[in-house]
Amino acid sequence: MIHTDLCIIGAGPVGLFAVFEAGLLKMRCHVMDVLPQIGGQLSEIYPKKPIYDIPGYPVVLAQELVDNLAKQIEPFNPSFTLGERVEKIERQEDESFILETNEGTQCHAKAVVIAGGLGCFEPRKPALDRLESFEGKGVDYMVRNPEKYINRKVVIAGGGDSALDWTIYLAEHVEELTLVHRGSSFRGAPDSAEKVLKLAEEGKLKLMLNSQVSELKGEQLLNECTITNKAGETETVSTDFFIPLFGLSPKLGPIANWNLNLDKNAIEVNVEDYSTNVPGVYAIGDINQYPGKLKLILSGFHEAALMAQSAYRVVSGGKKASLKYTTVNGIQTF
Amino acid sequence: MDIKIHVEEADGQFNTIEAPTDMGLSLMEILKASEYPVAATCGGMALCASCHVEILDNTYDEEANDAEMDMLDTLPVVSDSSRLACQMPLTDDMDGIRVRLMAEASME
Ligand SMILES: Cc1cc2nc3c(=O)[nH]c(=O)nc-3n(C[C@H](O)[C@H](O)[C@H](O)COP(=O)(O)OP(=O)(O)OC[C@H]3O[C@@H](n4cnc5c(N)ncnc54)[C@H](O)[C@@H]3O)c2cc1C
Ligand code: FES
Repeated sequence: MIHTDLCIIGAGPVGLFAVFEAGLLKMRCHVMDVLPQIGGQLSEIYPKKPIYDIPGYPVVLAQELVDNLAKQIEPFNPSFTLGERVEKIERQEDESFILETNEGTQCHAKAVVIAGGLGCFEPRKPALDRLESFEGKGVDYMVRNPEKYINRKVVIAGGGDSALDWTIYLAEHVEELTLVHRGSSFRGAPDSAEKVLKLAEEGKLKLMLNSQVSELKGEQLLNECTITNKAGETETVSTDFFIPLFGLSPKLGPIANWNLNLDKNAIEVNVEDYSTNVPGVYAIGDINQYPGKLKLILSGFHEAALMAQSAYRVVSGGKKASLKYTTVNGIQTF
Repeated sequence: MDIKIHVEEADGQFNTIEAPTDMGLSLMEILKASEYPVAATCGGMALCASCHVEILDNTYDEEANDAEMDMLDTLPVVSDSSRLACQMPLTDDMDGIRVRLMAEASME
């Protein structure tokens, strides 16, 4: 079990900055996110877009801001659990919390900070019968461990960059690879599209354009995909894995079950310290709601600072934090 | 002028909303303003697909732009009449258009 002062759910910009504000008050942080990388919406939806409303930066690219936030919190040595969704928060008798992820990782924390943004980023799933019954038994929505596919038969579906990138990578490692794409051409990075076409010409993969996977077959494990083209013709491909790569979209997810007061998918908070109706649990950033709320990175940063002052009292058993400017003391690490 | 947009409801019936064409609004914006559950996470930048709609009549023939096509290409469920509502500025030609919100659009 991981032990920490603050467990922060969500590694978006606001969760990351919360580590900094907590660190200044000498609180240790553990950060959990369902995405395999930090950065939340900035890294997942718009990494290359310029942002103009961060004080002190006339312009900064979203991913650059995330990289800088990561650098800014380095001195405080936060720990991370990435690629796992926080499912449960349980309040203990001593008023601390145990959090548990879908993979069974547990974290014991004196206080919890929910910086869950728009919720969990979850894979977009094609509408196919039996899809969910094959999850983990041949259907994967992310390539986490490419070694798993070595010398196996794989069908990838999708036409975006991640479908193209994994197709290029896996073509060299699997026994048989099929790429199924609904359109007639790829609009992703031209360079990747060219590579995929070349691999298909060389016979290293089977390319099925204007087509969709229409049926999954198998007893316990997946062993066949039926693919239907626009003309209605079908073909059955024997396969061990089906990997639909259609990107991710945010869903509120387990946060809805944590007995928090919600208003339209957002957590109601007290604006004095961004505490929720559960003592010791805070909600900051896009996930919270109060009169006048602005869903901006800047607002989340401000909320993180106020949260930290209040959480310090919880973590230190009632002591009040005294405000010290970093200009006076510098960054004091542990 | 004001145009009429018919939006398919869950029971298959259509609800008609009226929309001005001289305010520079997109179909996404008028759907949101009419309290349809369109998340529009990216604020209309063709980055999130949470404003995915199907156009149910074939009179609308404005071509999708590149950014819109790129996004639609990445979705698991699309039809030939799929569009991103945020990329459809309201115009007089759209009077009487019938649209269906796709699952992706809703804020579950
Ligand atoms: C296209 C676009 C442009 C934008 N431009 C700007 C701009 O210019 N300026 C600005 O200030 N704002 C902008 N925003 C808004 C800004 O991105 C958000 O305000 C900001 O990302 C909120 O940060 P956050 O850390 O609260 O949440 P997020 O960035 O959403 O991060 C939340 C994280 O929590 C994780 N999570 C949620 N639930 C769980 C769970 N149960 N278990 C594990 N992990 C979980 C998610 O996976 C996610 O990574 C823009 C947004 C978009 C979509
Ligand atoms: S609002 Fe995001 S794609 Fe239309």
